[in-house]
Amino acid sequence: MPDDAHAGRVPVIELRNVSKTFGEVRSLAEIDFAVYPGEIVGLLGDNGAGKSTLVKTVMGYHRPDPGGEIHFEGKQITDWSVARARGLGIETVYQERALCEKQPIWRNMFMGREPTNRWGLLNVKRMRSEAARLMNEHMGFTSAAVHPENVVATMSGGEKQGVAITRALYFDARLVILDEPTMGLSLTETRKTLDFVEGIKKAGKSAIFIDHNIFHVYPVVDRLYVLDRGRVAGVYNRSEITMDELIERLYRVARSGSIH
Amino acid sequence: MTEIVIDKPIKATDNRVRPPSVMRRYGSQLGIIGVGLAMWAAFVVMAPTVFLDPDIYSAFAETTPLFAVIALALTFVVITGEIDLSFPSIMALGTAVFCLVVQAGMPQWLGLVAGFATGAACGWLNGTLIARLNIPSLVITIGTSFLYRGIELILMNGTGVPLTQDKYPAMQLIFNSHVFGVPVQSLWAVLFAVVLWVLLNRTRFGAHVFLVGDNPTSSRLMGINVVWVKTGVFMLVGVVAVFAGLMTSFVGYYFWPTTGDGFLLNTIASVFLGGTSVFGGTGSIVGSLVAAYIIGAINAGIVSAGINAFYTQLCFGLVIVLSVVLQTIIERRVRRQSITGR
Repeated sequence: MPDDAHAGRVPVIELRNVSKTFGEVRSLAEIDFAVYPGEIVGLLGDNGAGKSTLVKTVMGYHRPDPGGEIHFEGKQITDWSVARARGLGIETVYQERALCEKQPIWRNMFMGREPTNRWGLLNVKRMRSEAARLMNEHMGFTSAAVHPENVVATMSGGEKQGVAITRALYFDARLVILDEPTMGLSLTETRKTLDFVEGIKKAGKSAIFIDHNIFHVYPVVDRLYVLDRGRVAGVYNRSEITMDELIERLYRVARSGSIH
Repeated sequence: MTEIVIDKPIKATDNRVRPPSVMRRYGSQLGIIGVGLAMWAAFVVMAPTVFLDPDIYSAFAETTPLFAVIALALTFVVITGEIDLSFPSIMALGTAVFCLVVQAGMPQWLGLVAGFATGAACGWLNGTLIARLNIPSLVITIGTSFLYRGIELILMNGTGVPLTQDKYPAMQLIFNSHVFGVPVQSLWAVLFAVVLWVLLNRTRFGAHVFLVGDNPTSSRLMGINVVWVKTGVFMLVGVVAVFAGLMTSFVGYYFWPTTGDGFLLNTIASVFLGGTSVFGGTGSIVGSLVAAYIIGAINAGIVSAGINAFYTQLCFGLVIVLSVVLQTIIERRVRRQSITGR
């Protein structure tokens, strides 16, 4: 098992025996999943395999069924929630980008984590100036390019993704989750997003990277989970499997539901 | 942190290099203030003797705040994408509780506390049913409107309570007096506007009100407690409605069990006329305040100008329909400009 490489190391986040049922549908079944410090983990699987549900469970949006455990840096946490997860440094760039389109950029940038001054009032001035600085330094917008007061609805797909990614980075995340971040992006925008994923690793942080496109996922990850119908169908170190073998196995999973 | 370059720097000719225009940011507020001034000018021309006399302003400065304060609180609910139709009943129920507590021999301040607590409880029930059970607010607040009115009528047995100067001197001072010649009701309206403006624009709660109304799913994904935000805005309306109910009753020196009747449409019209979007996510406290005074002025103006009172409704209708149509057109033009870059 690939876990040998991590012998003695404590995962940033670990899911043990996690299931998630929506009414009659079992989206996740007895999942064991871990991400170690400085590691990029890829998540592959067909539509409906449970990738987004898994990510939203890690993030505290979905509560696992009774019996499932969530451990953060070795400690079990029972009152897991989005606010808790974000407080511990887990940030997500969602498939749907999770932006509020009628609001200005600065409100989106600080969504759910708005800074306040000592009277408990919003520090709007700081939010505006920080948003302008971040757009300038990290999103490649020249200082006057996109004004922090502009509403998100007026921006292009790539610019919106820039806001979502910059937001995830700004709060000094230890684990960044990217749920299909290249969806709907142009070729150059996709390239930049993938460069960004590499950057996370260089900065010594961890990431979970979900994408339909195996050619995007394979080159940047250290380890890969293959999900199928809510179960972990296989876990691979990238060093132990070639892309061709991986594609072959994914086809086999899709056909038979079994990886072997 | 790593440098990520998501897009090429945008050329200076692109419209997006500039901050959004004043029109885009404050268009609806400027629009409503413009409509207000134009209407006032028209009244002055039509009936100069009436509208250059301060008495008329004193009159509608006393009556407008009765619904204006609720419109300010209701703005929060509408920004979250919901509506509350039960506040007229909450006005009456909260005031009824005040009267009953005082009749039971307890101090009047305790009556106030009990009244406001009743308003908060009514708002909590509205908010809980809407946010937790996902019942459309339009439907459930019609239901709770009857519920709260029914409880109030049973409690009061359908009878009213006199609220005279000699029995309630402190209350008359709070709700129905003049400060340096200005009706205290309008001072309350301005105070509520300032406090609620700060709450909406300068607190995390207010920021979350905008986000929840814009996109509840995204808000939840980013860790915002949508249920609490929605419950909070309905509780705010509940408490403010009781304040308005008390003020209305003390202005009339009598608590009628029918208190709140006739408040529904004026109040809701103020919110929409003030530029708050029915689709949620955008809205303005200043707009609602100005709009409430416009609606109050039409009422007082038409009657004082000696025009047949039948025209009041027609005038209301014209102003509201025209303003909302204008706002929509302005908004659409501004949006198209910003997207096409022209």
